[in-house]
Amino acid sequence: MFNYTFHWNQAMRSLPRMLDGALVTLEVALLSMALGLAFALLLMLMRMSGYRALTALAATWVEVARNTPALFQIYMAHFGLGSFGIHLSPYAALLAGITFNNAGYLAENFRGALKAIPETQTRAARSLGMTQLQAFRMIVAPQMLRVAFLPMTNQMVWAILMTSLGVTVGMNMDLAGVTQELNARSFRTFEFFAMAAVIFYLITKAVTLAARLIAWRLFRY
Amino acid sequence: MIEIENVRKSFGALEVLKGIDLTVANGEVVTIIGGSGSGKSTLLTCINGLEPIDSGRILIDGTEVHARATNLNKLRQNVGIVFQQFNAFPHLTVLDNVMLAPRKVKGVPRAEAEAMAVKQLTHVGLADKLRVYPGRLSGGQQQRMAIARALAMEPAYMLFDEVTSALDPQLVGEVLDTLKMLAEEGMTMICVTHEMSFARDVSDRVAFFHQGVMAEIGSPDQIFGAPQNGETQKFLSSVR
Amino acid sequence: MFQTAMTFNDLMFLLKGAGLTLAVTGVSVAAGTVMGIVFGVIRVQIGPWWAIPLTFLLDIFRSVPLLIQLVLANAFQAIAQFGWPPFTTSCVVLSLYTAAYCTEIVRGGIDAVPVTTRRAARSLGLSWVQDMRYIVAPLATRVSLPAWIGLTLGVMKDSALVLWLGLNELLKSSQILITRLQEPLFILIVCGLIYFLMSFPIARFGGYLERRWSPHD
Repeated sequence: MFNYTFHWNQAMRSLPRMLDGALVTLEVALLSMALGLAFALLLMLMRMSGYRALTALAATWVEVARNTPALFQIYMAHFGLGSFGIHLSPYAALLAGITFNNAGYLAENFRGALKAIPETQTRAARSLGMTQLQAFRMIVAPQMLRVAFLPMTNQMVWAILMTSLGVTVGMNMDLAGVTQELNARSFRTFEFFAMAAVIFYLITKAVTLAARLIAWRLFRY
Repeated sequence: MIEIENVRKSFGALEVLKGIDLTVANGEVVTIIGGSGSGKSTLLTCINGLEPIDSGRILIDGTEVHARATNLNKLRQNVGIVFQQFNAFPHLTVLDNVMLAPRKVKGVPRAEAEAMAVKQLTHVGLADKLRVYPGRLSGGQQQRMAIARALAMEPAYMLFDEVTSALDPQLVGEVLDTLKMLAEEGMTMICVTHEMSFARDVSDRVAFFHQGVMAEIGSPDQIFGAPQNGETQKFLSSVR
Repeated sequence: MFQTAMTFNDLMFLLKGAGLTLAVTGVSVAAGTVMGIVFGVIRVQIGPWWAIPLTFLLDIFRSVPLLIQLVLANAFQAIAQFGWPPFTTSCVVLSLYTAAYCTEIVRGGIDAVPVTTRRAARSLGLSWVQDMRYIVAPLATRVSLPAWIGLTLGVMKDSALVLWLGLNELLKSSQILITRLQEPLFILIVCGLIYFLMSFPIARFGGYLERRWSPHD
């Protein structure tokens, strides 16, 4: 039917290398989520600070992160910083770009989650004598986590998928990068990338499942 | 003693409290009745400082609630409030709900706080629901938990803001019984309520609020038996 | 004073790229939405269990990076000798990608119409088609529109990936300019502004619609 013989053997032999790449992919994704979370919390604080400059800065970050392509944000880290003489490695540029993106989306998720907690919860907590900080830490924040958990899980999946963009800036250690290198040498594009697709699918499904289990354990009320 | 002196409060252009004067002595049970929008609930949220006032003073044991120097968190340890919407903390078990404030606000050690919480929950009849999450309780049970939660802080004063209004009729009784029990035990209480027979049975004094003014105040027999004010009479005849 | 080597022609070059971005987005969203509506209705009609094969298939598009989907599709059409130009391949992939998300959105919209409302319509003698057309469609659209606008904007941003297949959309055009002019930051800022100008008004409009329609529910 096709004037092409599929050479799956070659792809299968490269599986270990691709799996190594998959580990790097997970590493980048997890790092970008951890950093993204930290920045998102910072952005929230900036938003609530009441200082015009901080609020504007936070809002700008979120709007840029959500209204421009992730690839653009990675390009900014890789090319744009070059104008300042900062030359990031492909790994660093990819990580920076995805972190920037994560922070923006997560900040927005947190904002929505915060809005979902009725103010009456804070009132009840304050009426018992808790300080604003205690009320937030012990009553509001745990409930926010539950609301924000699903969006956070989605963002993690996106982070994993976004790592594939690294190939455009020369990243060759993650799953997509490894696959591209193998492809460039053998031209067995379809076989290699089909395998990569399967691995990505399995990773994202595993992450989603794990998240569901965590949620089940954590939010049993 | 709670002293409310000429308190005025507006929400924007709407004046909700138009000069309220009221003194509640220790051990007294004062019930506030009146139509919606008469300012009853607002007064309660002003007493524990959740809402600011525009003028006048509220003093609890001599401390002015709205003075800038007042530590509201400390003050609120002494004034318990139960709201119409139970406001249970959904992510904590019943026991944790009640234990949280004594432990984190007053620094009571865990074992002691737990014993106190169990005592209060047993007192309100929830001894068998300690490790359950509030989401699984009925409205009446959640409200009783809210009462136990407020009591666990061992306040001298308890404010009840229409605590049965959000309940199904068959659950109202159990909550009112809890309130009656507290009153008999000598707790100083201010209750905003629509339950007239409860007000009649339990109160030392009943105050009738109308459009932000305390139109009439007196013993239950006076208010319910022989109301002097025209508005009071109108209100009472409309709810009989 | 701020100096740049970028000329008016260069700006036009960028805008041409933006035009290609919009073209790819437009075609893909249109095709993807139509497919999404079809699949969404099917999904609701046959119920969650029978729809598992469909759901599984569509889920693949959301669990594999778009870049890899594009590469695979391109490799496949080469092997199968379809002879598709990159624009066609890109649109096919993006359409299926859009359809995958749109199916869920449509399903959510239809499910949001209360069963009782639909029963009332059928009780009046309306056929299934009439029920869908006069009752479900308007209500479901209201519920789904904000999410659909979000999806459209998402596809527009994701369309940048077609540069990998050699299409000179906005981001690739920016990259070309950077290589020539060596002013990465400035050019990327202009590029970002163009993306922003394409997406922000639509996002705001979506938010406005969301606010305007929710109190009515």
